[in-house]
Amino acid sequence: MNALTTTLKPTQLRGLARLLPTLLRRGTVFLVLVGLGIFFASRTERFFVGDNLVNILAQNAAIVVVATGMTLVMLQGGIDLSVGSVAALAGAISAGLIVRDKWPVELGIVAGLAVGLTVGTVNGSLVVFGKLPPFVATLASMTAVRGLVLVYTAGRPISGMGESYTFWGRGFIGPLPASVIVAAVVVMIALFILTRTRFGLHLYAIGGGEETSRLAGVPVGRVKIQAYAVSGLLAALGGILLTARLFSAQPQLGVGLELDAIAASVLGGVSLFGGLGNAFSPVFGALLVGTLRNGLGLLQVPSYPQQIIQGVVLVSAVAVDMLAKRLERRK
Amino acid sequence: MQAPLLQIDGISKAFPGVQALKAVRFDVYPGQILALIGENGAGKSTLMKILNGVYQPDDGQLVWEGQPVTIHSPHEAQMLGISMIHQELALIPYLDAGKNIYLGREPRGRLPGTIDWRRLYADAEAQLARIGLRIDPRAAVNTLPIAQQQMVEVAKALSLNAKLIIMDEPTSSLTDRETELLFAQMRALRDAGVAVIFISHRLDEVFTICDRVVVLRDGALVGDQPISALDHDQVIRLMVGREVHTRFEPRPRREGSEPVMRVQHLSRGSVLRDISFDLYPGEILGIAGLVGAGRTELVRAIFGADPATHGQVWIGGRWVRFSHPDQAIRNNIGLVPEDRKGQGLFLSMTVATNIIMTLLWRLATLGLIRWEKATQMATEYRQRLDIRTPSVHQRVGRLSGGNQQKVVIAKWLTRKPRVLILDEPTRGIDVGAKAEIHNLMRELTDAGIGVIMISSELPEILGVSDRILVMRGGQLVGEFDPRTATQDQIIRAATGAAEVVNEL
Repeated sequence: MNALTTTLKPTQLRGLARLLPTLLRRGTVFLVLVGLGIFFASRTERFFVGDNLVNILAQNAAIVVVATGMTLVMLQGGIDLSVGSVAALAGAISAGLIVRDKWPVELGIVAGLAVGLTVGTVNGSLVVFGKLPPFVATLASMTAVRGLVLVYTAGRPISGMGESYTFWGRGFIGPLPASVIVAAVVVMIALFILTRTRFGLHLYAIGGGEETSRLAGVPVGRVKIQAYAVSGLLAALGGILLTARLFSAQPQLGVGLELDAIAASVLGGVSLFGGLGNAFSPVFGALLVGTLRNGLGLLQVPSYPQQIIQGVVLVSAVAVDMLAKRLERRK
Repeated sequence: MQAPLLQIDGISKAFPGVQALKAVRFDVYPGQILALIGENGAGKSTLMKILNGVYQPDDGQLVWEGQPVTIHSPHEAQMLGISMIHQELALIPYLDAGKNIYLGREPRGRLPGTIDWRRLYADAEAQLARIGLRIDPRAAVNTLPIAQQQMVEVAKALSLNAKLIIMDEPTSSLTDRETELLFAQMRALRDAGVAVIFISHRLDEVFTICDRVVVLRDGALVGDQPISALDHDQVIRLMVGREVHTRFEPRPRREGSEPVMRVQHLSRGSVLRDISFDLYPGEILGIAGLVGAGRTELVRAIFGADPATHGQVWIGGRWVRFSHPDQAIRNNIGLVPEDRKGQGLFLSMTVATNIIMTLLWRLATLGLIRWEKATQMATEYRQRLDIRTPSVHQRVGRLSGGNQQKVVIAKWLTRKPRVLILDEPTRGIDVGAKAEIHNLMRELTDAGIGVIMISSELPEILGVSDRILVMRGGQLVGEFDPRTATQDQIIRAATGAAEVVNEL
């Protein structure tokens, strides 16, 4: 105790004390994650091995990136169903420019990201200026963008981007996969945005009360468009990571990715109605799903029943979390 | 007299089909609490929206501190020094007090786009302390009691250097004690030279707190006087333009009549404890008590919405305990809930559909609803209850609060109730419609129905009931005769301030 008080300044202690309830509240999903880890480690020797843990991270890096964008959009009360299609489009365009048009790799990647940013901005504009419900606006762009991908690729994969591209899906920086480093950087930036910046506070504010925010002088329209733009950008980044991992741009890349991203966010505690959640939500959520998938795979559970187990575990995790919240409130 | 802070100079505003404001003219002075009253639709909210920059007047002008101004947005109004505290709290529930106070005007941090949190919380703490609120500015506002949330809004208004604070029905969700706290703050604001416009349907509050009263009726100014120059009935006459009876003569129980419903030892966990009473045909039984005393819980237990764990209800010749509202309905009990919009009505459906909702089975042949029969029936009730709507095919959400309430009552009348329970039947309803609801309740009891009315407004409890029960902490703590009881006695019983002597 003495050691604690001497090494931590009072303000830091208070900060820690404030963090604790949050950790406990988020703790249920964390505990499920640890529980799953222990279960798998006890059942198979191949689970709790450095290589496999790194593998889980690498498999889920792209989902974490995409889900982080989804979290920003959901915090302000929206949803972005177009992320899967945007991921495919960014992968296809970057690969196409590099392979077909001989663009330098860096430029191809930047172009892919720019496409994502553009689609995101269009989504945001449809919501803000077109006054379309986010579900409808992004459902439409999900369909239209998928069409663009199919037209651009003529329905066939594009491969041969070279090693400096696939590095982002397969390469290592030190002991960690490059994609994991990218995801970590994205999460850190999201953490900074959500805890330190006006943009972050305004996302929470709009999700908690749009009209109130408007009356308080929050630039609601701009913040919303920015949120969708960032989601588009991160979807594109996720798409490029996946494309690099697969060595080729697949026209069907990211089908269903939007559901994985939403699931990861919600499991991590992001409210479907906005206003609640944090930068770590998508990480916990994605790792929970990823760990489950990996462990079941190692246990050689066939893939069809795997889906049933996944569904059951997801529902249980959220149910336990809600029960914990209710108990907390009663207290 | 000081120079006026704001002159409202001949403001007119028309909407398609309605002249909402007709050359309204009055002044607002610093250091004065001004009551703005009028029935729903009298133009109060239109006027406030003009002050707040939501609407522009068609004619006339606003003069602020001697200068003519046009206000284009709520933000501009705030910059000028006009803050509005809405009926529904305008705070973001998940955010803490500090963030709520400085939302949209966050102190900037060193890096671009960042916030100086340390300064934000220090300033917030100072603002809260200024109005005597000692709470952690880092506490999420949804963990605070409603009254404190309202104080946070006041702190927000003051941090904007508001010179005029408009409060739109600020007490509608407050307990009596919380209302007292709010009033203390309002007086402090007045003494500090802030002008306050107070909008309320509760006239007793207007008389308690306000210095001056401005009355609107049908968009025109019909009264502007010091409050001391008027009495209760005069104010009501100004508002509705006719005589309204605010008190009924309580009626003694009919000799030798049998109870229509008996409640015995009804309990539910720690929420309701051993409640017994009888309800007689033709009586209005008022239930008073503080918010949280268990009144709503009691009627929900009787109705089977939140089933009781012990005790019984005698109705229709036998003892029962309902575990589902359907059973209560089949025994001819109706419940008009407190949350009219959430629990009483299907807002997006028509008046007719709402009225026949509990009678669908009887209006259907082979599962198909006979709409012409339904419409005919709804039309009958529309006439009988004087529901003002262009047609029974109008969506209920478009009706005024008073007419919505009549639709809820009509829904139960189709079932020929023996017992009708009304939970806060006139909350948020204006004075004229309120009297109509009261008259309607009286007519129902004339027809032999037993009526239970929960109300948090003591004048209503005393003015309308034939007999009064008081609840506290889930128990019945007193029974009073409205002919002899005083507000003070009821408050004492409800708060447990003194031992209660049963009067009957």
